[in-house]
Amino acid sequence: MANDMLSGTPPAGALRSSWRRLTAPVPLMGWLLGSLGAALLELAAGGAVAGLLGLDKIPLLFGFLIAFKQPLAIPGVLAYDILVYLLPVLLVGRLSAPPVNRLVAALYRLPLVVSVLVHLGLLYAALHLWSGVSDYRVLMLNLMLIAIMLTLSLNLINGYMGEFSCSHPGFMALGAYAASIFSLVLFVDDRIFGQALLPAAAGPWLFPVALVAGGAMAAVGALVIAIPSFRTRGDYLAIISLAFLFIVKSMIENLELVGGPRGLGGQPGYAGLTTVFIWCVLCIWIINNFVRSTLGKALNAVRDDELAAEAMTIDTRRTKMTAFMFGAFWAGIAGGLYAHVLQHVTPASFDLRMLAEMLAMVYFGGLNSVYGSIVGALSLSVLSEALRPLELIKWIFIPLLLILVMIFRPRGLIAFKEFNVRDIVKPKA
Amino acid sequence: MPLLDVKKMTHYFGGLRAVHDYHLSIEPGQIRGLIGPNGAGKTTIFNLLTGIHKPTEGEILLDGNSLVGLFPHQIAALGLGRTFQNLCLWRHMTVLEHVMLARYARLDYGLVGAFFGTAKRQRQEAESEIVARKLLRMLGIEDLAEQNVLNLSYGNQRRVEMARALATEPKILFLDEPTAGMTPEELIQMMAIIRQVHAELGLAIFLIEHRLKMVMELCEQIQTLVFGEVIAEGTPEEIQNNPQVIEAYLGKETLH
Repeated sequence: MANDMLSGTPPAGALRSSWRRLTAPVPLMGWLLGSLGAALLELAAGGAVAGLLGLDKIPLLFGFLIAFKQPLAIPGVLAYDILVYLLPVLLVGRLSAPPVNRLVAALYRLPLVVSVLVHLGLLYAALHLWSGVSDYRVLMLNLMLIAIMLTLSLNLINGYMGEFSCSHPGFMALGAYAASIFSLVLFVDDRIFGQALLPAAAGPWLFPVALVAGGAMAAVGALVIAIPSFRTRGDYLAIISLAFLFIVKSMIENLELVGGPRGLGGQPGYAGLTTVFIWCVLCIWIINNFVRSTLGKALNAVRDDELAAEAMTIDTRRTKMTAFMFGAFWAGIAGGLYAHVLQHVTPASFDLRMLAEMLAMVYFGGLNSVYGSIVGALSLSVLSEALRPLELIKWIFIPLLLILVMIFRPRGLIAFKEFNVRDIVKPKA
Repeated sequence: MPLLDVKKMTHYFGGLRAVHDYHLSIEPGQIRGLIGPNGAGKTTIFNLLTGIHKPTEGEILLDGNSLVGLFPHQIAALGLGRTFQNLCLWRHMTVLEHVMLARYARLDYGLVGAFFGTAKRQRQEAESEIVARKLLRMLGIEDLAEQNVLNLSYGNQRRVEMARALATEPKILFLDEPTAGMTPEELIQMMAIIRQVHAELGLAIFLIEHRLKMVMELCEQIQTLVFGEVIAEGTPEEIQNNPQVIEAYLGKETLH
């Protein structure tokens, strides 16, 4: 490939096909092993490589963060990315392909869950090692995983069901506050809620309960919106849900019991990377199960032709309400995780800007697609972090990107694609 | 007792009387036709019977149970399947998905099954797929199962609609102009399909048609609707020779 580059620019097609030849036989597990290798390499020699390239420290987010602050460091960062990430991933992935394919094939013959768990384990190991370098990375990863949950659950409503909901940050806020209050009342000696009722040691074990309570709270909120807005079809949901977002926000701001506009702090740090990762996987698994079932496909039927859906025995009203509450439930869970990751929440953060970011992730990634939601959430989280130094100007770039997507790919990057786990963990060649 | 029994059904859209004093009784296995000029209210009658509109007056009994006031999906699940005049397909779905989705009311694995992919769900979905493929084979579109419906020819889209309606396991199948916009060959194929469906599944069929040839050949009994009122009812021969029907279709002969 290097020779090709030197002998003049090859046609893009040739480059792409040689890239394909190079990567075609690598199964997903190969890439995961490669990532693991890269993470290990960074852990062992990242600092040294960064020093050699004239960087003052390891680039925390592939160099996206310093690109705007120190444009001069860009070549160094690129070299670092190639040396520490790209090359090891390619080398390990490609070289290990034949034996790994045999291993994957052997796993593939066992029940699917075995393959999936092994892959997830490898993915988690790579993420854990990569994020071990700095707390910033842990925080970033946690927020990205939460963003995936939010995007996916919003996609359920806006993409799969084809209604336009604006209340997702509101559901998230309900979940965040409900879960926080659960944790604070039971396990923390707190200024607002007084003495802890249960020993603090039980806290992490009951954390799922706190999250589910948050999710349930959000689902109840969704029911309140759903009852009036699903009576008829149209743009009612968009308007009512937007109103709901503002109601939730100002209600929390005016409730002194939960800290009012100052917010609620002191949540115990139950939401480590492991916890968030597990919940994110659960969320993807359950939502993906749902959208591939007949009950979930009924959402598509409601979106594409509600009359026909009714005539084909589908209870459209119940279908819409269920899906809306289900989406809200996951937004609530994500909110609970968010509160425990940051260990402080303020009502001001659940605002229109957050809504814009979530909508951008859904529409950029692709409607009606689990892949799309994952890709959208990850890419826009990174972009948003990269643009952070621009501060307010960031809010020109993200909507601009959204407009461009709407013009050139109106349905998003990876829309209407089924997320079939069996295909993902399949051996190649 | 007739399978479907409609008595004194009247419907107003605001001040407009769309259907007046409509009667219908369909015996099991019977094929009945409803003809009439454009705007006579044929589709309105379908919509009233299938629950899309609620009749202002009158009663509708299926197997002795009243259908008035039920939701369309409940009526469909009770055994009243239908197709639409202007194809109402779901544009992002494959043919197989269409037919499987119409089995919605026959599945009972619930949300738990949908969320966690239980064994019960796998079993029911697999059964559902078998039924769906059988219907597709019957209608001669089995090889198109994995295609998106938008890639199909118009005639095949009509077949998908028919297969989808049959997947709800209807006792009576309502066909709203099943040959609208079809070429003469497609028309002949569609007639063969309707005959086959009738013969193999023993359904009652209620047919709205514009093309008289088709109704005359298929139906045992025909009603003629003009301005929301039945002006003639009888066998194809009787209808063909009824002066009022001729007048409604061709206009009155005037002598100068």
